[in-house]
Amino acid sequence: MKCCQSDCENEATVHLTEIVNGQMKKIDLCEECAKEKGVTDPQGFALADLLLGLGASSEMDSAGMEIECPTCGFSQADFKKTGRLGCSTCYTVFSEPLEGMLKQMHKGVQHIGKVPKALRAKLDITKQRGHLNEQLHKAIETENYEEAARLRDQLKELEAIPASKKEE
Amino acid sequence: MELLNFLTSSAELSSGSGPEDHVVLSSRVRLARNVNGVPFPGRAKKKVRQEACDTIKPLVSAASAMRGGFTAGMEDLKALDKQLLVERHLISREHAAKGGGSALVLNKDETLSVMVNEEDHLRMQALMPGMQIKQAWQKIDRFDTSLEKKIDYGYDASYGYLTACPTNLGTGIRVSAMLHLPGLVLADQVNQIVQAVTKLGHAVRGLYGEGTEALGHIFQVSNQMTLGESEGEIIERIHKVVLQIIEHETNARANLQQAKSKELYNHVGRAYGVLANAHIVSSKESMNQLSLIRLGVKLGMFEDLEVAVVDELFLVTQPAHLQQFVGGKLSGEERDVHRANLLRDRLSGVKSVQFPK
Repeated sequence: MKCCQSDCENEATVHLTEIVNGQMKKIDLCEECAKEKGVTDPQGFALADLLLGLGASSEMDSAGMEIECPTCGFSQADFKKTGRLGCSTCYTVFSEPLEGMLKQMHKGVQHIGKVPKALRAKLDITKQRGHLNEQLHKAIETENYEEAARLRDQLKELEAIPASKKEE
Repeated sequence: MELLNFLTSSAELSSGSGPEDHVVLSSRVRLARNVNGVPFPGRAKKKVRQEACDTIKPLVSAASAMRGGFTAGMEDLKALDKQLLVERHLISREHAAKGGGSALVLNKDETLSVMVNEEDHLRMQALMPGMQIKQAWQKIDRFDTSLEKKIDYGYDASYGYLTACPTNLGTGIRVSAMLHLPGLVLADQVNQIVQAVTKLGHAVRGLYGEGTEALGHIFQVSNQMTLGESEGEIIERIHKVVLQIIEHETNARANLQQAKSKELYNHVGRAYGVLANAHIVSSKESMNQLSLIRLGVKLGMFEDLEVAVVDELFLVTQPAHLQQFVGGKLSGEERDVHRANLLRDRLSGVKSVQFPK
């Protein structure tokens, strides 16, 4: 039996079985590919592959350079080992290599569900601010200074909201 | 307080029936949440994990929904207690393996439970009998909203609620229904249903979640995707899928009754015969036979056997519940004997088994 890795012609000597969604998947690897995937060392086995589907860890790898999370010291190698991230900051740090995997895993990569109330106000303000800024630019471009002045006042008002909320 | 003094009795727990309970045993919605800026439990050093637990635990148990509830560190619970909680689906098997630095908070009627420092800082669930997916969501949504005032959740505008495993990212929601499908199993149609449901992007599992066997013809259907869809959409889709499965199961039962009645009565009658007379019964056998008896009760074959009694037996014949019932630690072989005694005792009293000619 040949190794199941696409660019490998060696004889497979390592045979793995996993069950995904109730369906059995068999993986046959040669000594070299097995080592590369960390299969020979049960501790180093890419758990991420098993948990998240084959290819999850290579998805992280292919995104290139080795990065580390400044908050918890988590690295891509850790993800490969555990299939989990280290802390909330990790999602910002690894957002690029994660993107492809999330696309495969979920319906989309933009959250459209529940938002904590405290953040909802903040997010709304950010959105409003963006919208007003856009209008302001348009007004200036079209030399509609009266409108621009009105928009600038509105923006100023918005800036004041979080400050007054803090005092509460 | 001792856990055993707190927990609702198995009989009382089984007496509360929910809508569509001929097929849907229970509905559950769980949310995964984490504290902003604190490493996830799997990554956190022991001290940090303990601190996080010490901070989160009192905030959760102080919530008004937890009034009269139960709170304990996992290190304070005995192995048997933990197993009991697993059998009631109040904690995961993974959480049962935890010690110091992890905790459990339950509300008074066991419909709300929060695991502190399982895979995420908070895993909260609402568990209700029968088909009550939407009610369970409302309950856990309210509870989550009440907690967000006290706990600064890890949240990102594009990724939503941040979770240790990327498979839970976004809404952090897992909606599931526990389904009793003996009709589809007997009619040999259950694989088709499982495949169809899997194709829709849902997961189908056995009784105790990931990687467990579908004992007692019990299947768990749940959503897999958590990002890119709102909670409402996810719930609506599972709701629809479950309604369809109920219809298929009901049809399968009716078909069996019409076209293969002798086979059906044979299955149910033999199951009753075994459990009412056997002296050694494994938990696997008892689950599978009780399942057939439950089917018989729901089809009106047992005149004086309530479904609540069968459901109670489902629960009290599980290893930890059985040991609690007997009041001592039992070996596997001893359990099989005590289980058989209990089943004979409860089932041999059933007078008329009404099989139509």
